[in-house]
Amino acid sequence: MGTPQFASFYPDFYIERLWEKCIKCRRCVKECSYGAHIWDEKKKTLLEDHTKCVGCHRCEAMCPTKAIIIRRHPSEFREHALWTPWFIKNIYKQADQGGVLLTSTGCALPFKNYFDHLVLDACQVTNPPIDPLREPMELRTYIGPKPEALEIEEVNGKFRLKKKLPPLIKLEVPIMFAAMSYGAISLHVHQGLARAARDLGTLYNTGEGGLHASLYEYGSNTIVQCASGRFGLHVDYLKAGVAIEIKIGQGAKPGIGGHLPGEKVTEEISKTRMIPVGSDALSPAPHHDIYSIEDLRGLIYALKEATEYKKLVFVKIAAVHNVAAIASGIVRAGADAVVIDGLKGGTGAAPTMFRDYIGIPIELAISAVDKRLREEGIRHRTSIIASGGIRSSADVVKAIALGADAVYIGTAALIAVGCTMCQRCYTGKCPWGIATNNPELIKRLPPEVAYEKIYNLVKAWAHEIKEMLGAMGINSIESLKGNRDKLRAVGLTKEEMEILEVKHAGE
Amino acid sequence: MWNLTLRAKEISGCGIAGIIHKKGELIPGEMILKAICCQYERGNGLGAGFAAYGIYPDLADYYALHVMAQNRQALEKVEEFLQKNTYLNYQEPIPTKRVKTIKNPPLFKRYFVKPKLEEEEAEFCNLTAEDDRMVQLVMEINEKIEGAYVISSGKNMGVFKGVGFPDEIAEFFRIDEYKAFIWTAHNRFPTNTPGWWGGAHPFTILDWSIVHNGEISSYGTNRRYLELFGYKCTLLTDTEVVAYILDLLIRKHGLPLELACKAMAPPFWIEIDEMPEEERELYTALRILYGGAVLNGPFAILFAYNGGLVGLNDRVKLRPLVAASKGDLYFMASEEAAIRAICPDPEKIWAPKAGEPVIIEMEEGVIPNQKSYLKPRPVEVREDALRIGYIPPSLFSGK
Amino acid sequence: MPLELDISHLHYSQVNKILRDYIEKGEREFILRGVNGHRYLFAGISAEIKAQLYGTPGLDLGAFMRGPEIRVFGNVQDGAGNTMDEGKIVVHGMAGDVVGYAMRGGKIHIYGDVGYRVGIHMKAYMDKVPVIIIGGKAGDFLGEYMAGGIIILLGMHSIYPERPLAGLFLGTGMHGGTIYVRGKVKESYLGLGLKPYALDGEDEKILEKHLKEYCDDFGLDLSEILKEDFIKIIPYTHRPYGKLYAY
Repeated sequence: MGTPQFASFYPDFYIERLWEKCIKCRRCVKECSYGAHIWDEKKKTLLEDHTKCVGCHRCEAMCPTKAIIIRRHPSEFREHALWTPWFIKNIYKQADQGGVLLTSTGCALPFKNYFDHLVLDACQVTNPPIDPLREPMELRTYIGPKPEALEIEEVNGKFRLKKKLPPLIKLEVPIMFAAMSYGAISLHVHQGLARAARDLGTLYNTGEGGLHASLYEYGSNTIVQCASGRFGLHVDYLKAGVAIEIKIGQGAKPGIGGHLPGEKVTEEISKTRMIPVGSDALSPAPHHDIYSIEDLRGLIYALKEATEYKKLVFVKIAAVHNVAAIASGIVRAGADAVVIDGLKGGTGAAPTMFRDYIGIPIELAISAVDKRLREEGIRHRTSIIASGGIRSSADVVKAIALGADAVYIGTAALIAVGCTMCQRCYTGKCPWGIATNNPELIKRLPPEVAYEKIYNLVKAWAHEIKEMLGAMGINSIESLKGNRDKLRAVGLTKEEMEILEVKHAGE
Repeated sequence: MWNLTLRAKEISGCGIAGIIHKKGELIPGEMILKAICCQYERGNGLGAGFAAYGIYPDLADYYALHVMAQNRQALEKVEEFLQKNTYLNYQEPIPTKRVKTIKNPPLFKRYFVKPKLEEEEAEFCNLTAEDDRMVQLVMEINEKIEGAYVISSGKNMGVFKGVGFPDEIAEFFRIDEYKAFIWTAHNRFPTNTPGWWGGAHPFTILDWSIVHNGEISSYGTNRRYLELFGYKCTLLTDTEVVAYILDLLIRKHGLPLELACKAMAPPFWIEIDEMPEEERELYTALRILYGGAVLNGPFAILFAYNGGLVGLNDRVKLRPLVAASKGDLYFMASEEAAIRAICPDPEKIWAPKAGEPVIIEMEEGVIPNQKSYLKPRPVEVREDALRIGYIPPSLFSGK
Repeated sequence: MPLELDISHLHYSQVNKILRDYIEKGEREFILRGVNGHRYLFAGISAEIKAQLYGTPGLDLGAFMRGPEIRVFGNVQDGAGNTMDEGKIVVHGMAGDVVGYAMRGGKIHIYGDVGYRVGIHMKAYMDKVPVIIIGGKAGDFLGEYMAGGIIILLGMHSIYPERPLAGLFLGTGMHGGTIYVRGKVKESYLGLGLKPYALDGEDEKILEKHLKEYCDDFGLDLSEILKEDFIKIIPYTHRPYGKLYAY
């Protein structure tokens, strides 16, 4: 016997097989990419290795006779308010393997979710709610820097612009798809996102994994990302989209770079990223050409020069303590949009401590950044794009009322294509075919299905947003922007309300 | 504080009326009174008011400050302030009459002044600088002098307003004794504001006066937008917001009146998308830049200035507005009946389209200090401290 | 005849605009004089052109470029060849920090010394292999995170006799590519887990091929360079941090 592996003694999940229903078709064995279902050839029966189960529910969903239930493992530790099984098991894992705890998705801790403490307004008598089914309701939003005033001239009795506006990006719905790299998610999901973005009149973001050749045709709905690893970054790529996003950080792991585990670096990924097959694609924590704010200006203008000032440059940061001051610096460095990714922002791979404990909630960050930029008189110079933990159309509405111009959704889009939040994206074995590049697994989610699900989700949210705007008596989204009159707090402290600039319900 | 302690935004419905004579001939006060009283049911006795243009022809070059005060001491403070900051040409109490139903009205006095300017500004004898200074002074009085409030400050015009039904307020201010080339009137139905005389309409900034019916759902956005340009919305009324937006778009950004109205009540994107290219670019830009100025929700407003009267309602027509004309007289009101009450046989009577302003300007040169806002004017450019992406040309000289 | 331009009074955005316009018109050779601090020269330009620069170009010379061959008579500042895709930069002088960051292809030949973090995050795929040759000495973190490509460090034309050939953390975190060094480096200067190796025949062929081109660029004698032995540094694994995590 070798050294005991304590973590393996206490599985998280329990695979319950209903033998009266099971027909031993072995579908579960085929579906489980983690090897939790085993076929015993000798005894002609099925076995379970509970330790391998990640709780993705793939087998349960695919079992033709519904003979499987995935439960939390019923084995319990003695109750202790401080030393919960989470901490105990984490310590076992680290004692067993001596490594950094790795996980996926966004912050899993029950920090106060401010969206859930904000309620919206509706019209009663003094002004009328509007019915979006029959009356116009406009969600069109423009991203990018705007001049403060228009210069108009009159020619032949007609007014016209004296100076045209700089290039701006038009969104028909203020919801974009957040950066998720080709590599972190499958090509099929990328294809689905791109097509959905095109049909919805919005943008998707390539993430920093480069751009697959099949996706260049979606250029006018594409944001390409320039992150510290500079994977797949060349002139054609920079020119492929309508905007370039410089990724400084992300909400799930502020202060460290991207991490695509070697398990996911297949031949195709190796080609796009120009790194060896099976090597970890690690992006440095900083951009090594940005060690200071004036260097950010350096990179912004390098990208603008390289693309002849035809593309907007976004800068994405994680919401950290000084987010307002940092955002101000970013605008002054020339960013056309500031992307703020909050504490709850997701990822394919992050150290657990980073995911759960670093950064600040997006709601507070939006309000603080918007306020700071307004105070400095530079709010019109940029757009604010908020992301990190946007779970519903109401969250979108609240984010915009807090001062965002648009939002990014990432996790929500993945859940739309079947993700069950098992939080094991980093293994590259996603049984749902989402966060994997395994040629067999990605077949489980064809691009058409990904497209349809994502399109449906955003279409539904857009309609809900219209309904909510209508209830507020507003028929275009610009009248929601920063409109704190539409928000009231329930159960927030004075300080929190001050930061959010909202009144308490009843006031 | 007596002046403004409102915490929540005011909500009210109302009736409005306006008359203008294109040649600047004077219209007796009874006329506007009749028009607004015909819409009696649109108010609830908690506010009414009138704006009259052309009532101080002998002092037409001076800003006429209509000051409302809680007591003598407050008025004295105002006078002290005016002595220090303005050249005071003439002052007198505003004539009022005791009305049985009006209990404890404030004191009213008017002052005819010109602001003292900093030497530098005075050198250019700059009218804009004078206007700006006047706006500042008025805001200072309203903010800082306890118990005093300036209800209007334009030249050759004045506002008379208070808590009561329109007939009561008219009687109190002896409206029948005034004659004006433009009149507007307001009959108010507030739901949540205390009976404060300053809260009644019209609301003014310099010679702009606004009467308004409806509740703007975009108030929070509009207020934040105006704050960007240094406007402080202290009254928490939609009318105040409208006044500042007009001041910003027309006086500061030089937009022609029509486009300023379009910024507040923009065409729909589906309409813009189908416009010819130049027009499409213009309206796209207008919406992109002035999204914060869009008045969303139900409204009908009348605004007047020395030289014109404009009617505008929201882009889906959630509040009524009717216009009519007979000869050089033009009428606008919430209800047709209000117009018929004073002009039974108009030559033309029409319902303006949603979001299409009705702009009636007087013929050129018929009144002193006449203003016209039909043409675009140069933008008052703010020094852009940022100069993003901009290198001063002095640093290099290329082709 | 190369087109000669004095750019001393122009802003970088004007220079690039002018260059693009001329390239569009078919111009293929340029001489730029009065270069001083102009940022992003040739950034993002995709064309087979040649240019000679006299002076000191600013930040990010040739960033993202694909194809131009730039010869600089002077020193270059930080960020030269940033994420460069194809083409060549030849510097008759020294270079600043972060030369060839995330370089994907093409060549950078520096006559003299280079600063810190040179050739970091270089990449390669199949026969698209970027090359950086440094005639002088290099600062710390040379070839950090290297995923592909070739760095050759000669240490010959240095103005810093007191400094080591390469600084600390040489090749730290590298998981692809090769670093060749003329002479010896202290093992303690190498990134964690790395070791110097002797060259094999294949290495010698590669080295000779690249150095010959280098010598041609600067009029140097190849045999002089090859007089001393080289060592090579290669990654000990494709996943130097594979064991970092507990799953």
